Amino acid sequence: MRETTYREAIREALREEMRRDGSVFVFGEDVADYGGVFKVTDGLLAEFGPARVFDTPLSESAIVGAAVGASLMGMRPVAEVMFADFTTVAMDALVNHAAKIHYMSGGQTPASIVVRMAYGAGPRWGCHHTQCVESWLANVPGLTIVMPATPYDAKGLLKAAIRSPNPVVFLEHKLLYGRKGEVPEAEYVVPIGKADIKRSGDGVTIVATGLMVDRALGAARTLAAEGISAEVIDLRSIQPLDEDTILSSVEKTGRLVIAHEAPVRGGFGGEIAAVVANKALGFLDAPIERVGAPWTPVPFGQILVDAYVPAEADIVRAVRATQAVA
Amino acid sequence: MSYSDQLTGKDLIQMYRWLVLIRAFEDRVCELWTKAGIMELPHGSQGQEAISVGACYGLRREDQVLPSLRTRGAFFLKGIPTRVQMAGMFNKTTGAAGGRASSHHMGDIQRGVLVGSGIIGASITTGVGAALAFKLQRKDHVVMNFFGDGAAQRGDFHEGLNFAGVFKLPVVFILENNGWAEMTPVSKHFAGRDFASRADGYGFPGVRVDGNDVFAVYDAVQAAVARARAGEGPTLVECVTYRMRGHCENNPVGTCRDMAEVEAWRERDPIPRMRAELLGRGVLAPELVATIDAETGAEIEDAIAFAEASPWPDVNELCKDVYAPESPELVTGRRS
Repeated sequence: MRETTYREAIREALREEMRRDGSVFVFGEDVADYGGVFKVTDGLLAEFGPARVFDTPLSESAIVGAAVGASLMGMRPVAEVMFADFTTVAMDALVNHAAKIHYMSGGQTPASIVVRMAYGAGPRWGCHHTQCVESWLANVPGLTIVMPATPYDAKGLLKAAIRSPNPVVFLEHKLLYGRKGEVPEAEYVVPIGKADIKRSGDGVTIVATGLMVDRALGAARTLAAEGISAEVIDLRSIQPLDEDTILSSVEKTGRLVIAHEAPVRGGFGGEIAAVVANKALGFLDAPIERVGAPWTPVPFGQILVDAYVPAEADIVRAVRATQAVA
Repeated sequence: MSYSDQLTGKDLIQMYRWLVLIRAFEDRVCELWTKAGIMELPHGSQGQEAISVGACYGLRREDQVLPSLRTRGAFFLKGIPTRVQMAGMFNKTTGAAGGRASSHHMGDIQRGVLVGSGIIGASITTGVGAALAFKLQRKDHVVMNFFGDGAAQRGDFHEGLNFAGVFKLPVVFILENNGWAEMTPVSKHFAGRDFASRADGYGFPGVRVDGNDVFAVYDAVQAAVARARAGEGPTLVECVTYRMRGHCENNPVGTCRDMAEVEAWRERDPIPRMRAELLGRGVLAPELVATIDAETGAEIEDAIAFAEASPWPDVNELCKDVYAPESPELVTGRRS
């Protein structure tokens, strides 16, 4: 099967959905002429023209607010918020309007929008271009939140997101844009809300999102050499949450490690831990371990960012902690 | 010949009737809040009726209206039944969103009213988005986007108007400058000369009109609508008016202000003004004045009876409509 990058897979999803449905359009800052600061939308302007792919002023609140308004008139906007940190600027439009308008309208008008955002830490972006925002938005009824970790999932989930009638926040990890993976040429969609077991095992369950999925898989290889069989579950979406896959796995393994890049405290791992503690307590042979960033804004510079973002070794350590309990 | 010169006698009487009906509704729900404990707290638009009548009269069904929190008249002009609005005030299932939302933010997609927001100013960008859709779809419908002087201080005002100006969107921004943002007068929350001149900063015309003169509002808005339909872009219409009630009915009329100011504006009430104008022109027969009062009064009482007889929201429907239905190929799994 051919391989593409995460970036190319997202672009393909956009291209295919725009060909399929004339009401889909892409807009945001520097997405058209420049092709997007991460080059995700590169080439779309040339194919679809300025009525379907266009640049906006520096106005995230208007971008997301206008996306909602346009969807009410039957369009299917795919808005880009350049960095997920700018969620704060668009928060009102996203949380108070997009998420609630179907409810407020008595079921007449959903906000059929996708808001794509690039998140995650790297050495040079500093604390305002690196944050993970899924837990900020997870407590808002009405939103759908997707976090693919592979090119295959990115393409399939984005297609589902664009076709969904409800507002979807589509989170793309910046450091994954160049990651390669197998992506079929044939048409496919990945349903939102289904976690994916990326590696089967029976000694410990590792639930991971985004960049942590590859790190969890790396940790699993290290652990296998020590005789510990790790099952790695890629959550793929925060909302809806695939409880069933997680619970089935914990029932099998008896041990749970949750790994996400966002800080541990208040991170989405807490929700997963609460669900498992409530519904599978009897199956747990050890306390649940959470791996996440320390309690600080994301620092600047390679040295500190490397210390900040959870590493494979942190996941290995967390798994070993679960094994220490008999 | 101005736009308002082209209004027929029938049009004029209809517009006058709307003013009377809106005022009757607002006065009655303010009374019901105090005396009957209805659920929705009225944010009375008394004194500002000429704006919604002048701005909405003659709009197409497909033209979209976004009322401010105080543009009660827009719901009437767009055809949302009096009964439905009253049921909303009573929080009955026959009102807004099955009783899950308040009436003054309700939407009606069939009649061209877009759902509002409890966040002042947020509707500005939504209206801009609807206008964006019209441009992309090559339709010559327009968006009538109402908000107050308070909302004009939000970042969304700036972002929305700039966006609309850049893309020359078919939106008419109606700024109801009623002198007060809750308990703060314009003189304390705005250092500029006037609001209309802000439009210059966004590249489109801004006009300032007497918001208590139905004809002045109608003329300015019709000109703006013509511009918008012709693809010439937005207009900001600042309608100068006055809020005759408190911000809401929990605030007595004289809260933080001088009653002398309120009384001075009572002299400029848009309803007696239009009545006198139409009587003077011979368009409105004196007997018709009492008839209109009686008919509108009866319509309000009928709406109240309907609301009182309507069922309360069903608690089993508390979580209804959080999401639009999705096929399992697209979305699966537990939402909560």
